[in-house]
Amino acid sequence: MEIYIFYFFSLLAVVGGVMLVTFRNPVSSALSMVLSFVGMAGLFIGLNAYFVGIIQILVYAGAIMVLFIFIIMLLDLNDETKIRFKSSTVIAGVIIPLMLVIQVLGVIQMGPEDDSFTPITREVLAAAAESEALAGQEKIREILTHPTSPQLPDTNLIGMTIFRDFNFPLQVMGILLLVATIGVVVLSKRSSKSSKS
Amino acid sequence: MDTTLLIATAIKIGAFLGLTLTFVSICVIFERRFSAMIQDRVGPNRTGIPLTILGFKKDFALPIGGLTQPMADGLKFILKEDFTPSYVRKAFFWLAPCMTMVPALITMAVIPFGSPMEIGEHIIPLAVADLSVGPLFIFAIASLSVYGITLAGWSSNSKYPFFGGVRSCAQMISYEIALGLSLIPVLMYFGDLNLGHIVEDQVKNGWLLLPLWNEGGFIIGSGYWGQEGLLLRWLLMIPLVITFFIFTTSIFAETNRTPFDLPECETELVGGYHTEYSSMKFALFFLGEYAAMIIGSALIVTLFFGGWSIGFGIDGLLPTGAWWVSLIHLGCFLTKVTIFILFFVLVRWTVPRFRYDQLMDLGWIVFFEAALINIFLMALLMAAPSIGILGTLFGATILIVATIILVSIAKSVTKPSSVRSV
Repeated sequence: MEIYIFYFFSLLAVVGGVMLVTFRNPVSSALSMVLSFVGMAGLFIGLNAYFVGIIQILVYAGAIMVLFIFIIMLLDLNDETKIRFKSSTVIAGVIIPLMLVIQVLGVIQMGPEDDSFTPITREVLAAAAESEALAGQEKIREILTHPTSPQLPDTNLIGMTIFRDFNFPLQVMGILLLVATIGVVVLSKRSSKSSKS
Repeated sequence: MDTTLLIATAIKIGAFLGLTLTFVSICVIFERRFSAMIQDRVGPNRTGIPLTILGFKKDFALPIGGLTQPMADGLKFILKEDFTPSYVRKAFFWLAPCMTMVPALITMAVIPFGSPMEIGEHIIPLAVADLSVGPLFIFAIASLSVYGITLAGWSSNSKYPFFGGVRSCAQMISYEIALGLSLIPVLMYFGDLNLGHIVEDQVKNGWLLLPLWNEGGFIIGSGYWGQEGLLLRWLLMIPLVITFFIFTTSIFAETNRTPFDLPECETELVGGYHTEYSSMKFALFFLGEYAAMIIGSALIVTLFFGGWSIGFGIDGLLPTGAWWVSLIHLGCFLTKVTIFILFFVLVRWTVPRFRYDQLMDLGWIVFFEAALINIFLMALLMAAPSIGILGTLFGATILIVATIILVSIAKSVTKPSSVRSV
């Protein structure tokens, strides 16, 4: 059962990606990218990473792609009927995915053996709640050993990792994003004033 | 996969989908009758089978008043001519109504409709998917419904629908931010994103906005006052009430209902993004709007008003897991949702529409800042017991100064548009 769901969402992601490249109409391309994102989110959720999967939809499909479509519609782009591939773009299009494939292969090589997989059951969660690492984390233990529906509190765990263990990198990244945002506002303001005068 | 769970899930999907769709039709009749009451009209109070068009002498009036009006409305929509203008972009024109309707229906998967039911040795939660990211799931899927409206506007290939689609897109993106930020204090309070767990917490400790009972008992008993952190719990009501206000208003904006229905503003845009739609395709937009409204009410009820819990300590007296208890809780949940739907209808027919710049100012300048300050207020109050008086005072000073600065900036931005130097 699980394997079919995995194949379904993989197919969705791959088909979405292929359609993104092959469609002529920019809006169709953008929508197939949304399809691809939804497929990816499904894969994440299949790996019990609910938070990552949902954020995938919320941020990419729900916000970023909406802005893309917004812009495409406002610019009123016509169908790109004649696409001439330059040799440089083709070479880049081959090399970059190749690098990614090599990286993925490396990760797969380093990964754990197949038989180390354990499905998440009530007992596994209860055992995890007793582990040393969660000492003093009453809320997380409570979720892990909830009487009616014990669950993996992935959001709480991600929050703990980011905000406690990697707090400084997070702050730095936040400042970087803030600088980028302010930069965008400044640039767009300046151009509108100069166009008026 | 366990067969019992599989069958139970299939039944739950069917039942809750049916329930939501039934509620949509109930909403329609509520809307029509309630608006009639507000405007001192009668409203649709009779429906019947028009036998006269078949050659009979008299129409047959159904004896249950106007209750079958939604059925007549639905029949009308199906029987109308489904006209597709020749200049539209066909594929997207067909896709758009589905993309508004489907997300609204998917989001009901995480709403806990009742207390968990015990069948044999299984404990079955009365939510289709008892996810550990409940509210986030709703936001994520609901944010996909922007596509439907935007595509409807664009694919119609005509001026006014396009304006409607663009307006709606901008409005929904803007209010999603306020919606997400305003919810953070609630999530901080519960420390858990599973809606089922959130409701069970409220059964024990009082509804979020009505903490009149806790594990010690009801407010009039002495056990209630003996509980720890009672003062803090009541202090937390300040940020939580602010959250409730921002959240509810943002839900109004997200569902495109008056006073935020600028995307379908008749006076400016003919009919908005669905101007070119007719028959069942138009009805799907309609259904999507109502379904989103129901899910919004259900989310408000689940987070702030105890979801399926009867409240006032009565839930503790009932046996847990019995099927009839679950059904009572289901009824309780639906009653609360109905009350909120009536509130939605009341607001729609009493509050006039915003102007578009007012709407954007409200979202970006008022709600965004208020929600941010609210998060820090909540954090300060929650941290107060552990950081001591000095730390709390220090934090409070910073918060007050930051608030004053923000408010002054916001005031300088929201001057009347004639004064503003753009």
